Amino acid sequence: MSQDNMNEMEFDVLREIGNIGSGHAATALAKMLNQKVDIKVPKAVVCDFNALCQMVGGEEKLVIGILLTLDGDVDGMMMFIMDLPSAYSLLRKMMFVDLKDEDELNEMHESALHEIGNIITGAYLSSLSDLTKLKINASIPYMSRDMAGAVLSVPAIEFGKLGDKAVMIETEFDDSGEDTLNGYFLLIPTMESYGKIMSSLGIC
Amino acid sequence: MGIMHKIGMAELDVCKAPDSITTLGLGSCIGCVIYDPTTKICGMVHVMLPDSTKIRNNETIAKFADTGVKELHRLVIKAGANKAKLVSKIAGGAQMFPFKDGNDMLRVGERNSEGVLKALKELGIPVLAQETGGSVGRTIEFYPEDGRLLIKSVGKTPYAV
Repeated sequence: MSQDNMNEMEFDVLREIGNIGSGHAATALAKMLNQKVDIKVPKAVVCDFNALCQMVGGEEKLVIGILLTLDGDVDGMMMFIMDLPSAYSLLRKMMFVDLKDEDELNEMHESALHEIGNIITGAYLSSLSDLTKLKINASIPYMSRDMAGAVLSVPAIEFGKLGDKAVMIETEFDDSGEDTLNGYFLLIPTMESYGKIMSSLGIC
Repeated sequence: MGIMHKIGMAELDVCKAPDSITTLGLGSCIGCVIYDPTTKICGMVHVMLPDSTKIRNNETIAKFADTGVKELHRLVIKAGANKAKLVSKIAGGAQMFPFKDGNDMLRVGERNSEGVLKALKELGIPVLAQETGGSVGRTIEFYPEDGRLLIKSVGKTPYAV
């Protein structure tokens, strides 16, 4: 099976997983920041590799990507991407620091971003695990701050082994303040694991 | 000044001076340029994976080092380049995330470099510059007028090779 011939039903399932996963992620984020966090209905998009970069704001836009590798019943990787203003606004709220958008990140900031990535992706993965009854182990989070094209090349290459399309879930968190946080999830199961997820949900 | 052609992931294109060619935000992928300095005809391919024979869905030839470099070679000659004069420059193949374990899935940048170099060697094309590896993304621009490959990374001054 490849993503090129993914049917409408499977697409809906991925969107629903994205929906539930983002809901859990928002709850986790709200707890961490101790304030209300709303989410808009996530958009699941199937697109080619170059459209992937456009969704995030273009190949050369600076982003922060947090990546975890998966094993257990589902092999593959999971990535959470946010733009720099979103990441900096999160850091300001979490650490009560005066951080300007042009400031460099220090080790403590990076460690906090790892933790944010851990919490958000963890919430997402646990909802996937609950839904499918599959056991999913995640690695520690790895972070990269670079051009969107470069960061996205890693999941794009994994998708590239399956076909010429990628599946991305765009989530907009709104913390009822002046800032909104835009985040993107990419779940990249291996071809075998993708079949496992679908069949555990009673599809195909 | 000519126009700048832009290629994305798994794409390739050919052009002639005064035009130039670019690909943005290379990570673990490789941007490979083949050109003929005498006719100033060049081409660039943005490959994502080292070997098409390992993948079932392999119709997109520009996605793979083996098929992509060969196709670029064919198109550059078709555009009028002198086969005996062809040279190449390559960039990319970074490891974007600092993985510590030896997971093969994560060494793809390195394997992409090897794949492209192997394909170029088989075609007998000398590699004049190689800016691969490291952990930074690269935007590259190639100018066939003087054979300059310009490399831009975040937080660094652009430089030419």
